[in-house]
Amino acid sequence: MIRLERVSKTFPGTALPSVDAVDLEVPDGTTCVLIGPSGCGKTTTLRMINRLIEPSAGRVIVEGEDVTRADPVQLRRRIGYVIQGIGLFPHLSVGDNVATVPRLLGWPKAKVASRIDEMLSLVGLDPATFAGRKPGSLSGGQRQRVGVARALAADPPVMLMDEPFGAVDPVVRARLQREFGEILRRLGKTVIMVTHDIDEAIRMGDRVAIMRGGRIVQYDEPSRLLGRPADAFVADFVGADRGLKRLTLEPAAAFAVPGVAPPGVPALPADASLQEALSLMLASGADAVAVAGRDGRPAGLVTLARIREVAAAQAEGGAASAA
Amino acid sequence: MSGLLHWVATHGEIIGRTVREHLVLSGVALAVALALALPMGVALVRHPRAAAIAVGGVNTLRTIPSLALLVIMLPVLGTGFLPSVVALTLYGLPAILLNTLVGLREVDADVIDAARGQGLSERQITTDITIPLALPVILAGIRTSAVQIVSAATLAVFIGGGGLGELISSGLGLLDIAQLVTGALLVALLAVATELVFGAIQFGLARRYGIAS
Repeated sequence: MIRLERVSKTFPGTALPSVDAVDLEVPDGTTCVLIGPSGCGKTTTLRMINRLIEPSAGRVIVEGEDVTRADPVQLRRRIGYVIQGIGLFPHLSVGDNVATVPRLLGWPKAKVASRIDEMLSLVGLDPATFAGRKPGSLSGGQRQRVGVARALAADPPVMLMDEPFGAVDPVVRARLQREFGEILRRLGKTVIMVTHDIDEAIRMGDRVAIMRGGRIVQYDEPSRLLGRPADAFVADFVGADRGLKRLTLEPAAAFAVPGVAPPGVPALPADASLQEALSLMLASGADAVAVAGRDGRPAGLVTLARIREVAAAQAEGGAASAA
Repeated sequence: MSGLLHWVATHGEIIGRTVREHLVLSGVALAVALALALPMGVALVRHPRAAAIAVGGVNTLRTIPSLALLVIMLPVLGTGFLPSVVALTLYGLPAILLNTLVGLREVDADVIDAARGQGLSERQITTDITIPLALPVILAGIRTSAVQIVSAATLAVFIGGGGLGELISSGLGLLDIAQLVTGALLVALLAVATELVFGAIQFGLARRYGIAS
């Protein structure tokens, strides 16, 4: 668990605090996304957790320990750290990059070597092909995979990610978001991620903290953030299309009913959301579309009427229930 | 041409001695310049204000002609080996210091941030990350400095430092063209050889670290 207690940061030579008495609690194994306009203090908040920035006041508790009293170098070896610029060491091979923290911790050679292979496989890179390469020969997406493998190498319970998908193109970004989200959930990591992309926040976060002027304006589950914005700023920030965005949180397959698909309309993939279902209906003029099951065969139909029911339930603030 | 060859053939001893003197003088000056400039560069890169003052200082030093720098040593340190080494060290220092500073500063800030964030200590960041990454630029500075020192060491003869300048100055005095030209050719040869050797070291290290120089 990560807990921030009235954490503040005022940089020298500035009158206003960049982070102003922030309280935040992230339960074990969940992902918290910090989001807000630039200068809102989200990155400063993140960097105070591994003390790349020293808090001016308050306490930061990671796994029960007050980190403001810990040795910062030792502390950082227990916290995974991924940044937008990735920052791979260009003079070292991919394998040596991944081995950074295990070697700092003095792991035996054989254990480090097997860990390199394990981590590269985990992030979808073939160890035999990639371990010996230099970072300069990789694509942006591959580099960020190595960045995440490096951060996970010593199995830290906690991961800090500062705009981890900012440096890759949209297609790769969507795939990495899905893959990394799954890996972090499976490994049970407690994650704090910074982004400026509200769609990414909704997709990746179990809870999202919207920041403004160094304070957290609202800290809630994505569906509540979209359904019940705390004030006009949050409503504006999540966007006028928040009704549509909320549909991205609901898997289409969960709302499928038995039926025959309208001819000429392609079936949705198994992991499609209600938003994608609605989009396909609008594009094809049909008022029902088929959804594929996990086995690839049609699992059933999602109807326009059902989507309206879900949207209405969401608008009332209640959790949508699957059919 | 035959006069030249005859002079070389009959003056092996003095050629050997002046070449040796020249190399020792240059080598010691380069070693001292390295021992001073590298730690200074590493220390200064963390202190921008002090670095700015140091850069201003060595830039002034750079504008002083080598001969002037040598002659200035006369009233302070007298003549001989020591004042020559001091002058040549001062002459070679700026290139190494400036390149060390530039090389270390140019290391990608994200790389340093990531290194610190993974839990490398400040010392480990310097030895394992920034110095290896700055090495091609630092080596380019050392190469420039070495060639400057080898060339300028020719003038050490004016304050009694010996070296190949001796052949040139006595060749001039005696109007002994063979001796004069031998001295000049040897200095040129030494400077080119220095350039090639340090260039090879630079290339080899850049390849080993897999980064362009």
